[in-house]
Amino acid sequence: MALRFEVLGRFNRARAAQLTLPHFVCQTPLFMPVGTQGTIKGLATDQLEEIGCQIILGNTYHLALRPTSELIDEMGGIHKFMNWPRAMLTDSGGFQMVSLLHLADITEKGVTFQSPVDGKPMLLTPEESIQIQNRIGADIIMALDDVVKTTITGPRIEEAMYRTLRWIDRCIAAHQRPSEQNLFGIVQGGLDPVLRDICVRGLVERNLPGYAIGGLSGGESKDSFWRVVAQCTAALPEDKPRYVMGVGYPLDIVVCSALGADMYDCVYPTRTARFGTALIPEGVLKLKHKAMAEDTRPIDPTCACMVCKNYTRAYIHCLVTKDAMGSQLLSYHNLYYMLKLSRDLHSSIIQGTFPEFVCNFLHTMFPKGDVPEWVCNAMEVAGIDISSCCTPFSSSQDLD
Amino acid sequence: MKFAVKAWSSGRARAGVLQLGSCPSPIETPALLLSTRKGLPPFIPPDLLPSLPSPDSHLLHVSSLHFLEGISPQTISDIGGLHKMLGLPGHTPCGRSLVKPVEYVELISSLRPNIWASLADEVPAWVSDKRNKTSVDRTIRWLDECIQLNRAVGSVFGSVVGGSSVQERERCAQEVASRSVSGYWIGGFGLGESMDERPALLNAVTDILEEEKPRLVSGLGLPEEVLQGVSAGIDIFDSTYIYHLTLGGFALTFPLDGVETYVSAFQLTNIGSDQTKINLRATIYRKDTSPIVENCNCYTCQNHTKAYINHLLNVHEMLAQILLEIHNTHHYLGFFRSVREAIKSGNFEQFRLKFSGSKRYHLASEAAVACM
Repeated sequence: MALRFEVLGRFNRARAAQLTLPHFVCQTPLFMPVGTQGTIKGLATDQLEEIGCQIILGNTYHLALRPTSELIDEMGGIHKFMNWPRAMLTDSGGFQMVSLLHLADITEKGVTFQSPVDGKPMLLTPEESIQIQNRIGADIIMALDDVVKTTITGPRIEEAMYRTLRWIDRCIAAHQRPSEQNLFGIVQGGLDPVLRDICVRGLVERNLPGYAIGGLSGGESKDSFWRVVAQCTAALPEDKPRYVMGVGYPLDIVVCSALGADMYDCVYPTRTARFGTALIPEGVLKLKHKAMAEDTRPIDPTCACMVCKNYTRAYIHCLVTKDAMGSQLLSYHNLYYMLKLSRDLHSSIIQGTFPEFVCNFLHTMFPKGDVPEWVCNAMEVAGIDISSCCTPFSSSQDLD
Repeated sequence: MKFAVKAWSSGRARAGVLQLGSCPSPIETPALLLSTRKGLPPFIPPDLLPSLPSPDSHLLHVSSLHFLEGISPQTISDIGGLHKMLGLPGHTPCGRSLVKPVEYVELISSLRPNIWASLADEVPAWVSDKRNKTSVDRTIRWLDECIQLNRAVGSVFGSVVGGSSVQERERCAQEVASRSVSGYWIGGFGLGESMDERPALLNAVTDILEEEKPRLVSGLGLPEEVLQGVSAGIDIFDSTYIYHLTLGGFALTFPLDGVETYVSAFQLTNIGSDQTKINLRATIYRKDTSPIVENCNCYTCQNHTKAYINHLLNVHEMLAQILLEIHNTHHYLGFFRSVREAIKSGNFEQFRLKFSGSKRYHLASEAAVACM
């Protein structure tokens, strides 16, 4: 195990912790920007440090194709290659294969897929995924899991869960650098509480450095989503970090943190930036919209980032989707927003003001009190009283 | 705006000092006017701009054409002009473009640049004498209109055109020099005339212009072209050279100490490298853990290797352009500094010969290798 996880403060299920990784001492809850190919699109590493990024996520599938894990290894590892002094996490590569490639086929051996280079069939085994990630050298590496869409039902879900459990042992056995890299197991089991429970227990028995909740953010209902998170966080050990993969929107992160999750990753903030959308406390701001052309306010007047301190909506409007600088500035702002949200979650839990933070967050996003029902239900389970910013459901329709 | 020539070298080459209201310290000439996209240097994050040499990097070339769409003059005015809009209080935008004088001056009034050029009718080198003459007449007429329409905002540079006719160049220069302008914008270069006919055209113009006013030339961007312009007494250069290098994956590598001969370690590459630049797409850089230029103190060279930039180019990541544009801008500003130092020490002609000489040496060795 190459990490230390120390809970610094709690509010019911929510926790603020210090996660010490080989390259950085992180504060949780934390959001990990996605740097698919060894860079976060449009941002320099100095800028990422400046805005408080703690862990960058790299995609094993992409890095293994180009520049290859062998080259990264030869260059002294991913940190040195991209000159990122802080922490890194790599995924297993399995998710990209299943989601990006049409002809991926999962068998007991591993994931068979067509090489995007020459079209030949190739096989990614749990052993190979770990070997590649060992060469890349991130602080946290992920086990290869059998990913199925949460919207699928039936025996395939059960098969995938049991296979994920069998594969974790192959991953553990293949892991060559356990004192420098932390292998996280991934809880699968679709939306079935029984399967999720079996998977959590199986993984916890292996005493891994950390655990991820996988198979979510795949089109399931929000109600199913939070219930899976709540079930898994309740069953996972207190003294290990919990990572909800592929999440997400600011609201999802607040809810999951209330339920006791610690880590998140999502391409959304940077991807939506490239399409001209800014994240703001009220929700989103579409900079492409005509109304922005004459708006001389900053993107978010309450934001202290470099972009909001210097530029108007009108100027960004004339850049977005036309000039690289539009993506660069909006990505900067959006990541700043996500990282600031992480810091606010951390400090409000430490200071014992977490419920107030949640209420303010929800009140700004839903000024009419129309907080979605799934959020209200999740907060009830999390023991956070949000009645002050929530209109009772019976009367919400009357107000609208 | 204040301008003073401080030193001369090799006849017409001159080093001067340009003082502008919004710039923290005087800008030394010969200077590079950084090209911009909608007012900001392309790809360079505004928070990394301070890592470039100051005040050299503060002279920005803003094309008002970029603002004809997307944002109205009224809005720019509401924001408080270019400096406010771009978040660059200490920078010095200069503007020009092609529209009707009335609209142009309206836009200039909202942008509030430090320096702006009157409208010019630029024509390529191959047009008829008649068309070339018309372009001079029209450019002078537009200058009168621009001066009449606006006196309040910034310093006006009068545009000098005349294509590849020495007579028309002289006529235009004389007309512009007789009017009330703060400096000169010399256009119509890089439009099909040969390198060889350029010195005569440039000299014809600079010999007529008032010595104590700054001269900006448009369209001469390559290092050799800059040296040609400096030889003729040009002070400021606008250039998209860096931007095009960056888009092509090139990084400038020529030695900045121009008097040093550059014989060691020329690298054989398959795509378009010469002694002044390298193409980072080339596979020889795949595992090259050195910076673009050893001892270069730009953000890129201080932080990243050629191998990383080669990877970024291979996978089409925007950071490649960000890092290349930072290095190339830094390096080219360094080139201008060397030019100024050579002028101040009275060695400009020597500098120029060494620069073109080391390049020729390399081309010769490359040809020799190709024959083997």
